[in-house]
Amino acid sequence: MKTNPIVRRRQISNAIALVLATVATLFGLLWLVWILWTTVTQGASAINGALFSQMTPPPGEDGGLLNAFYGSAVMIVLGVVVGTPIGILAGTYLSEFGKTSFLAEAIRFINDILLSAPSIVIGLFVYEMVVLPMGHFSGYAGGIALGMILLPVVVRTTDEALRLIPNQLREAGLALGLPQWKVVGHIIYRSASTGIATGVLLGVARISGETAPLLFTALNNQYWSTDLSAPMANVPVVIFQYAMSPYDSWHALAWAGALIVTAFVLALSIAVRLFLRPRSFK
Amino acid sequence: MSALITERPAPAQDAAPRPTKVSVRNLEFFYGKTRALHGVNFDVPANAITALIGPSGCGKSTLLRTFNRMFELYPEQKATGEILLDGENVLASGYSLANLRARIGMVFQKPTPFAMSIYENVAFPLRHYEKLSKAEMQERVEIALTQAALWNEVKDKLDRSALALSGGQQQRLCIARTLAVRPEVVLLDEPTSALDPQSTARIEEFVLEQAKNFTFVIVTHNLQQAARIADQTAFMLNGDLVEVGPHEQMFIHPHDSRTRDYVTGRFG
Repeated sequence: MKTNPIVRRRQISNAIALVLATVATLFGLLWLVWILWTTVTQGASAINGALFSQMTPPPGEDGGLLNAFYGSAVMIVLGVVVGTPIGILAGTYLSEFGKTSFLAEAIRFINDILLSAPSIVIGLFVYEMVVLPMGHFSGYAGGIALGMILLPVVVRTTDEALRLIPNQLREAGLALGLPQWKVVGHIIYRSASTGIATGVLLGVARISGETAPLLFTALNNQYWSTDLSAPMANVPVVIFQYAMSPYDSWHALAWAGALIVTAFVLALSIAVRLFLRPRSFK
Repeated sequence: MSALITERPAPAQDAAPRPTKVSVRNLEFFYGKTRALHGVNFDVPANAITALIGPSGCGKSTLLRTFNRMFELYPEQKATGEILLDGENVLASGYSLANLRARIGMVFQKPTPFAMSIYENVAFPLRHYEKLSKAEMQERVEIALTQAALWNEVKDKLDRSALALSGGQQQRLCIARTLAVRPEVVLLDEPTSALDPQSTARIEEFVLEQAKNFTFVIVTHNLQQAARIADQTAFMLNGDLVEVGPHEQMFIHPHDSRTRDYVTGRFG
């Protein structure tokens, strides 16, 4: 059977486009898989009990990353505590009160700039505003810097999650004579809760690997410290420091730290998909 | 079906046995610069069922949404004229919106259950108005759900999510929620257009049953529905209220040829 030349030509160009697209995808994935593979193979060999029970060691000695894990966890929690309430309230203002007013659109625009601002700029800003007046690096400064990176993520996702709620639900609440704050606080939030929670978790994933802002704020601490007003150990800066060093034992710890952070972010992303995707309540 | 059989040409002034609950006077409505209602005048009798009919876009939902000033959510929408609830103009700027919406409840076209338990859907708005003991609250919830003909279906699963109910049940839950705060007037904006015939029948039965307790205004696309349940029907076309009257007049001997064309299915 003879194929129509036009059809033939279309089939050929389709095949070429398909091959190019597939090759581009594979090329992109190659690096991703390579990075992950290297992280897993290099990191897995350094994962042992000491990693989670001992402090960061001086060169040539054995140790773990316990103080860095603790510091990271504390500063991430502080970042969430700082960024989430402001972010949710600001997102609520944008969606429920500002809507499409000039002020709201201006805030959205600036928030988007903040969202894509280099994190080192935020680190420098907090250095100027917190570290210099205090006179030393501190866990507080680190948490504030992380909070400022989390903030625009939460503002954006809250705004979007709330705007997805159909207006009929707002009208239904208002038609019962309920004041707007009650409609938003008790009815709209419930329906948008998964979207808002997703935003917070994505923000946590974003800040858990940030290095630059912590370098200027929390710096590092070789020892166990729970004092937030003192310099604080954290995984990203330890990775940065140890990876740059000439010592093999430090390299191994840096890989292990990188693997744990990667696994944490992966677990968060999976959790978001598994638990928050279906609309549920209670 | 209790059609009021009268021969009067001006039914708005009709000396019906029921007193007037709501009077609409010279009502004009604007979406931005577009005028959607042209000087509407009519009366809604108390403890009766008033149906608003007409083709899509004729302004019947717009008219309904002026009763509880729902349109005020949208800054570009504006109404002039008067809507008198027991003689008081609710469109006046001094009239309390919270008070108005407590007295005039509304049920929407699509069911809008809140993402709470079935019980809370009814109890939550009620709690806003009244401080009740647990037992009183349970009683009020049961009364409202019974009035909305939903109690028997949900009494064993009151703590389950309202979102798990069927569409028809959700709509009756929304009705119960509205009734629980004891409004005087209940606005129904095409409440059955998203429902199957059986759910529709249940809601019609509810409206007929409860007309002794509430004043109903229902917007419907379904002429048979208007004919089945309404004591008074108003026909609207292109923002004008063409004719308003009891069942007999509107569906059998309309005064206006446009009403006749519509109810006989010649357009719309």
